[in-house]
Amino acid sequence: MLSTWFTNVQWDVLLEATNETLYMSAISVVITFFLGLALGLALFLTSPGNLWGNKFLNSVIAIIVNVFRSIPFIILIILLIPFTRLIVGTMLGAEAALPALIVGAAPFYARMVEIALREINKGVIEAAKSMGATNAQIIFKVLIPESTPALVSGITVTAIALVSYTAMAGVVGAGGLGNLAYMEGYQRDNADVTLISTALILVIVFVIQWIGDRITTALDKR
Amino acid sequence: MINLQAVRKVFQTKDGEVKAVDTVDLNIKQGEIYGIIGYSGAGKSTLIRILNMLERPTSGTVTIGGKNMSELSSKKLREARQEISMIFQHFNLLWSRTVRENIAFPLEIAGYPKAKIKQRVDELIDLVGLEGRGGSYPSQLSGGQKQRVGIARALANEPKVLLCDEATSALDPKTTDSILDLLVEINQKLDLTIVLITHEMHVIRKICHRVAVMEQGRVVEEGDVLNVFKNPTEPITKDFVKQVTEPEETVDTIKQFISEFPEGRIVQLTFIGGRAGQPLITELIRKYEVDVNILQGKITQTQNGPYGTLFIQIKGTESALARAMEFLNSVQVEVEVIHNA
Repeated sequence: MLSTWFTNVQWDVLLEATNETLYMSAISVVITFFLGLALGLALFLTSPGNLWGNKFLNSVIAIIVNVFRSIPFIILIILLIPFTRLIVGTMLGAEAALPALIVGAAPFYARMVEIALREINKGVIEAAKSMGATNAQIIFKVLIPESTPALVSGITVTAIALVSYTAMAGVVGAGGLGNLAYMEGYQRDNADVTLISTALILVIVFVIQWIGDRITTALDKR
Repeated sequence: MINLQAVRKVFQTKDGEVKAVDTVDLNIKQGEIYGIIGYSGAGKSTLIRILNMLERPTSGTVTIGGKNMSELSSKKLREARQEISMIFQHFNLLWSRTVRENIAFPLEIAGYPKAKIKQRVDELIDLVGLEGRGGSYPSQLSGGQKQRVGIARALANEPKVLLCDEATSALDPKTTDSILDLLVEINQKLDLTIVLITHEMHVIRKICHRVAVMEQGRVVEEGDVLNVFKNPTEPITKDFVKQVTEPEETVDTIKQFISEFPEGRIVQLTFIGGRAGQPLITELIRKYEVDVNILQGKITQTQNGPYGTLFIQIKGTESALARAMEFLNSVQVEVEVIHNA
């Protein structure tokens, strides 16, 4: 039945494209999570009056984050071509999309991490200090556990942004559903391919949102 | 145990310098419950935070258990802080941890092995009366229970000093009393030195041995709780003492009474220490042929003994009145004639 409605869709190609999208999204989400967490912690901890309060360092990190967050993704991909060639060796395929995806998403997530950390009750940090906690203990036993719901909902939003970034990366040769919709759907005038690619991306986004919401609710004991 | 010398803390603000703590000297003994009372903004929060170096003093020295706190390296300071615990007005528990895990927190920081932590947490849960609540999250507890978790957490590392930052100010009167009773219990059981700050004289009266009154960053009055109750010298101290000894309506009641029944003498008796328990009025009536009319009275318990005020009207012949007054002056009560017809 599907074949009669979607005459131009090659199912094996579609499956491969979906796998590529999932692959790009999954790897970039994981790396973005850790990189964004580190950057966000750095932003928070160097802010005035905090554990490593340092105005200069804080401004440097803030500028880097703001610059990379402000560059439109499609331009970022082009700007990063030399860098990508250097570390991946090619501009084709799913791997080639990863540097741009991560560089584009990590600063975005870092800001969300910073906001999440700011929400933590200052008194709890003071209590940990009064018990003689080291800065590392404060980070891993207070800051991160106390902000988990916000960290998870933040990475959910970031993951969804990353899925749409992968579609853009696809247009410049990284494969995936975006690539399929553009090359097979738009360029060859096969509307059914574009439609089904869109539908699959929507399904991926909904699933991510659902999982993210479930985890956030389960973690929140407030 | 705790010694402060000429401690100052100055904050730089847009409107210039603010002296939060202004040249404070204190000496707190081992095993004592020491209260610092003041209105908000008096500098008591800053002062208590200077004790564990959450705030660094601008100048002056803080010595706790022989250690000069402001000269400790950051590692030594962290070790010292494990012996100086703190509890807070808003409890500051980790919402992401259960009661057990919250109590275990300082033990994890101190690097105890898992089995030891479990055993110690069990002891502490019993000590603060939270049996059966170990698996609950703070959001499932009442304010009083949360403060019990805070106290258990503070006691986990067997500290020598406990700092209480307005520990009962967010609790209702009944819960406040139960938490205060718990503090007295651990003070006696563990020979723990307790320093608390509060704006409620009730707290000072109920559990403190000595008290310091703070106003605008300075300690304006200091001494044994009973002595301060007996002879408050500063106006602010008199205000605080009135919080617990005189019901608010006393002055009005007495004035009203005098205008309606202006005969005899209206006398305010202030009982300090043991005398509050003795049948003074009975003796007065039997021996001196006077009529005594009790207008209002209140006796409060402090850690150093009872303290009370009694307003009475005495009626009788001039000579009987004179002898009665002589008697009152001879016993250990303070006598103040408020109205003489």
